[in-house]
Amino acid sequence: MFHWLEKHPFFFAVGVFIAIAFAGLVEILPNFAHSSRPVIGTAPYSTLELAGRHVYIKNSCNACHSQLVRPFKSETDRYGHYSLSGEYAYDRPFLWGSKRTGPDLMRVGNYRTTDWHENHMKDPKSVVPGSIMPAYTWLFTNSADIDTTYAEQLTVAKHFSVPYNQDVPMKDGSVKNVKMAQSLAEAHEIALEEAKLVTADMKDQDVKDAVNRGEIPEIVALIAYLNSLK
Amino acid sequence: MENRPLEYDYTIAKMFMLTTIVLGIVGMLIGVILAFQLAFPGLNLILGDSLAEYTNFSRLRPLHTDAVIFGFTLSGVFATWYYVGQRVLKVSMAESKLLMTLGKLHFWLYIVVVAAAVFSLFAGVTTSKEYAEFEWPIDVGVVVVWVLFGMSMFGLIGIRREKSLYISVWYYIATFLGIAMLYLFNNMEIPTMFATSPAGESGIGAWYHSVSMYAGTNDALVQWWYGHNAVAFGFTVPIVGMIYYFLPKESGQAIYSYKLSLLSFWGLMFVYLWAGGHHLLYSTVPDWVQTMASIFSIVLILPSWGSAINMLLTMKGEWQQVASSPLIKFMILASTFYMFSTLEGPIQAIKSVNAIAHFTDWIVGHVHDGVLGWVGFMIMASLYHMAPRVFKREIYSKAIMTAQFWIQTLGVVLYFTSMWIAGITQGMMWRAHDEFGNLAYSFIDTVTVLHPYYAIRGIGGLLYLVGFLMFAYNIYKTMSSRPIEERELQSASPMGA
Repeated sequence: MFHWLEKHPFFFAVGVFIAIAFAGLVEILPNFAHSSRPVIGTAPYSTLELAGRHVYIKNSCNACHSQLVRPFKSETDRYGHYSLSGEYAYDRPFLWGSKRTGPDLMRVGNYRTTDWHENHMKDPKSVVPGSIMPAYTWLFTNSADIDTTYAEQLTVAKHFSVPYNQDVPMKDGSVKNVKMAQSLAEAHEIALEEAKLVTADMKDQDVKDAVNRGEIPEIVALIAYLNSLK
Repeated sequence: MENRPLEYDYTIAKMFMLTTIVLGIVGMLIGVILAFQLAFPGLNLILGDSLAEYTNFSRLRPLHTDAVIFGFTLSGVFATWYYVGQRVLKVSMAESKLLMTLGKLHFWLYIVVVAAAVFSLFAGVTTSKEYAEFEWPIDVGVVVVWVLFGMSMFGLIGIRREKSLYISVWYYIATFLGIAMLYLFNNMEIPTMFATSPAGESGIGAWYHSVSMYAGTNDALVQWWYGHNAVAFGFTVPIVGMIYYFLPKESGQAIYSYKLSLLSFWGLMFVYLWAGGHHLLYSTVPDWVQTMASIFSIVLILPSWGSAINMLLTMKGEWQQVASSPLIKFMILASTFYMFSTLEGPIQAIKSVNAIAHFTDWIVGHVHDGVLGWVGFMIMASLYHMAPRVFKREIYSKAIMTAQFWIQTLGVVLYFTSMWIAGITQGMMWRAHDEFGNLAYSFIDTVTVLHPYYAIRGIGGLLYLVGFLMFAYNIYKTMSSRPIEERELQSASPMGA
């Protein structure tokens, strides 16, 4: 059979394709629907949080930080509860990372503050002596891209039924309603309101002034995102 | 005409040889910069404060991985295909105008896509998925380039004189199919520019932005099915194809066992794809997938070692060539590193070992003993074998080759030993508890302790880069300074003299 295949490139290629496609079908398909159900307490990202997620991706934070707490005592001691599949239901793309040059950030919102992040991004050594992380000073001057964020919210709401403007159940029995704007102008207003809550805890006068002018520096969006990781 | 050997046309092979070398230098140079940035963080500002956004570690890291995978390695695969393909199929590219045009189009579009990719990654336009960072417009470009490669490959196969496909061709076909399938499925994404707001606005935001079709755990599963197997079909399959051609040619020995090559080829095809999930052990993907991935990773030793042993046994009775020919040295060391790396990987895929190894520098070490020791050595050896025949001149300097071999070998050894120690140290410190059951170390303790290993790794990488520059110089001199031979060299090895 193999000799015959080697003289017939088309059937050879078909044979190779069947051999390599097999594993994907068996491993990926069966749990596909099951794995994407959200757990209680998981809500979609707000406009500013999602903009911050874009800043996180733009700067490849995932090159050095994971977002996956494995079920070991040493990890739950350090980072909090181990990760559940449903917690990632609104993560497109996933940001588990593959290398911990720095610590995991899955639940960083539980133990770091806006103030800490502000100092850390300006000068990591000021809060973590010995840190090898570079400073991310340009985040304080670049503006977050709210337009693209809004386009993404519209896309996921339409194609993947992400529950914006709907009540989603929280762990304490309450409900949360994450607002998505009806227009681009409203998206900017929503993001700006969220930004003001963040800058209330920040010290950098230039950032505060920018937000008062109606601009949103990347750092504000990033901190909103990091604070949402719980 | 009747008995004259075929004159092959290496126009396109030459073009891709050039990009192999140029993109190799770019990818490795960025790698060395990254390595030293971890040891000496001040280097994140290597071009000053104002350009820090573009020179810091995290922005450069995807450029390094993509330049080495899609630049250096893929160029090497294309260059060797346009050389090996003609010779084992006994047909010249010059025989078909259409194939020549397709080949040239393949090259120039590849250049355009590479330029777009470099530009977009510097700008921070990325999907964040490893080795699939490109946004959808570049993905479209990649698909077009790949289709052109396929058309040119199957076109050449279509007009072949030798009816039986040689082993190397099997591997090139598998490379084409594997990457096509993986790349398409992993990059399924919806461009956000098509969204319309309730107020009727459309075309909002960046036109190149997209959102993944998969979420969370599913996205991770598809990504590592891709990520692991992009390694398989980029770093393993075509490189095995190369050694099956170049080692017998260079040594003048016949392949040791046809049956072993059959077993390892079909074994590799079937087993490799299952193993992707070993990147996700102890994550939220289903437990049975993790176990399956772990088991198949162990099984993967068989077909991998099958090829490697077949190569080593091909040298049976001719081992003195390893001492006398630097080119044989490169290939034998490459297949040895292949064995080494394909044993190390399965060990890391055992769940209890992975619990320590995952997220640490040991994984980085594993990737690099594979890529530097196996992929890099084999591509350089292939180009060294091709150069005298393509340029019809002898290799400029055998002494440079030998020196380069030892410098780079030392570089690889420094690289993986330092990363082993770093990775296992870090893995053990993360999990260490004191007598009261509290964590023994804060995270930063596990970072500062790695400084000496990061420095050694940087030196190892630098040595490898120096060796690669010697290789580039040697090839350049081969192209330009020696007198042209009248005909293509026919002897088994131009090194033999």
